[in-house]
Amino acid sequence: MTPALSIRDLRKTYRNGHEALKGIDLDVAAGDFFALLGPNGAGKSTTIGILSSLVTKGSGTVRIFGHDLDREREAAKRCLGLVPQEVNFNQFEKVIDVVINQAGYYGIPRREARRRAEECLTQLGLWDKRNTVSRQLSGGMKRRLMIARALVHRPRLLILDEPTAGVDIEIRRSMWALLRRINREGTTIILTTHYLEEAENLCRHIAIINHGRIVEHSDMASLLAKLEANAFILELRRPVSALPEVPGYRLELRGDRSVLATVPTELGVHGLFDALGQAGIEVASLRNAANRLEQLFVDMLESSEDDI
Amino acid sequence: MTYRVALQTILFKEIYRFLRIWPQTVLPPAVTTGLYFLIFGTVVGARIGEMGGFSYIDYIVPGVVLMSVITNSYMNVVSSFYSTKFQHNIEELLVAPVPDGVILAGYVGGGVMRGLVVGGVVLAISALFADFHPVHPWAVAAMLVLTATLFSLAGFLNAIFANSFDDISIVPNFVLTPLVYLGGVFYSIELLPDFWREASRFNPILYMINAFRYGFLGISDVPVELAFAMVGILILVLTLAALILLRRGTGLKT
Ligand SMILES: Nc1ncnc2c1ncn2[C@@H]1O[C@H](COP(=O)(O)OP(=O)(O)O)[C@@H](O)[C@H]1O
Ligand SMILES: [Mg+2]
Repeated sequence: MTPALSIRDLRKTYRNGHEALKGIDLDVAAGDFFALLGPNGAGKSTTIGILSSLVTKGSGTVRIFGHDLDREREAAKRCLGLVPQEVNFNQFEKVIDVVINQAGYYGIPRREARRRAEECLTQLGLWDKRNTVSRQLSGGMKRRLMIARALVHRPRLLILDEPTAGVDIEIRRSMWALLRRINREGTTIILTTHYLEEAENLCRHIAIINHGRIVEHSDMASLLAKLEANAFILELRRPVSALPEVPGYRLELRGDRSVLATVPTELGVHGLFDALGQAGIEVASLRNAANRLEQLFVDMLESSEDDI
Repeated sequence: MTYRVALQTILFKEIYRFLRIWPQTVLPPAVTTGLYFLIFGTVVGARIGEMGGFSYIDYIVPGVVLMSVITNSYMNVVSSFYSTKFQHNIEELLVAPVPDGVILAGYVGGGVMRGLVVGGVVLAISALFADFHPVHPWAVAAMLVLTATLFSLAGFLNAIFANSFDDISIVPNFVLTPLVYLGGVFYSIELLPDFWREASRFNPILYMINAFRYGFLGISDVPVELAFAMVGILILVLTLAALILLRRGTGLKT
């Protein structure tokens, strides 16, 4: 099947000389729910800006459902719905007009546009607000309005740039439910986030971007599996002031009786216990490190710092 | 054709915009030009007597009408397109499969409509003071539409380059207004000293006003064919420039 998105060696240098993307490769299968994860300034919005024709690219190729962005831009645009990071509708327009006009830009005649606007606004719980001037909506509603607007031409690929940044937990959860439903009904979804929990909860595949480079590109399950085997907190029976070097493992003292241990899967924990025992350190208990993804994220970002 | 719907959408939105805020868009030119007719036409005009063989009020009506068309078309597009850019809702158009030409046609069409509506209102007001029967109605209609188109295009270009609200008032205040006033709205350049008369011939607005006046009164300080050719060429050049800038994303894409 044609992938929803295929990016090859995408580069972007802004006019001020800042190199925001340093050669990105990304593949997203049709039907996927994909997370592009990265800290602020990593290049997420730049990537999405290029996909949606808002930012000019430096070099590289982008295909959306097989349509090359340079050669078949209009066909590519028809496949894509964008929910940007910042509010970008005309704040003086009524809610329903924002959606109907957007449908018009896609060539949907007014009567049909009106029908679809009703459908989308109802789906997003905004139909009651249809005649409100959009400036008066709350932050969460503005975000939902942008989702309704992005869906009105029934795109096959929906891209959301930090859709839940700054919205409270309740709205976030209802938005997750909505996005899951849209995805289940067949729309490919890519979202960017810097909330790890969000990616872990929603997405099947993930790419991690930092300083304009993809530092990880895999499926969520194997990423998590890798993690679960890897990071442990060891509680020690007696306080220690220093830890021995154990080849192959990474140990970090947290307080005087707990240790964060990174354990390569192929070595396993027994070797670590043996080595610690020989150094006279007894382990009282062991548990998985609390936020596994968090740890991985930090590790990856650290290791990607090294090659700058 | 799918682009027809997109074009209609932009046009409708643009027309609705200036009609909704008519106290800012239609009323002020009506009041200002009403005052021009009252003061220059009736009060001062009575002392001036004739110009070009016509009563002074009849002489100035075409120029005053075209002046309001010029400023209103220009202001409509520059302020609407710049706000669209400023509020980032231009992105709604940029993500959609709307060709650059359709975006341009939509905004310029909106500016032309504003020019025609305001021009019509001003003309209606002038009927209270002056008595006119256009001798070449086609010249009147053609110059009206062409001038509105040209200045809508110019407003569009201004908006593309503008980075602040100051930038959208510099050109209208310091370029457009002087050129209009020095373009023979209120006088025939035959009255000017040689130097100023020849200098005036470099002002394109002089040609438009005279061609428009020719449509009403049958008199002109300049060759009318030259005026039409000039406006036509300028429209072509500005259209081309706007399309190239849109294609490059100048001022719109980072
Ligand atoms: N218009 C711009 N001009 C110059 N630099 C920019 C521009 N937009 C973004 N940047 C820079 O590019 C980098 C990536 O930004 P962005 O893609 O917005 O990151 P993210 O969305 O991941 O937070 C940042 O360092 C940012 O400062
Ligand atoms: Mg961003």
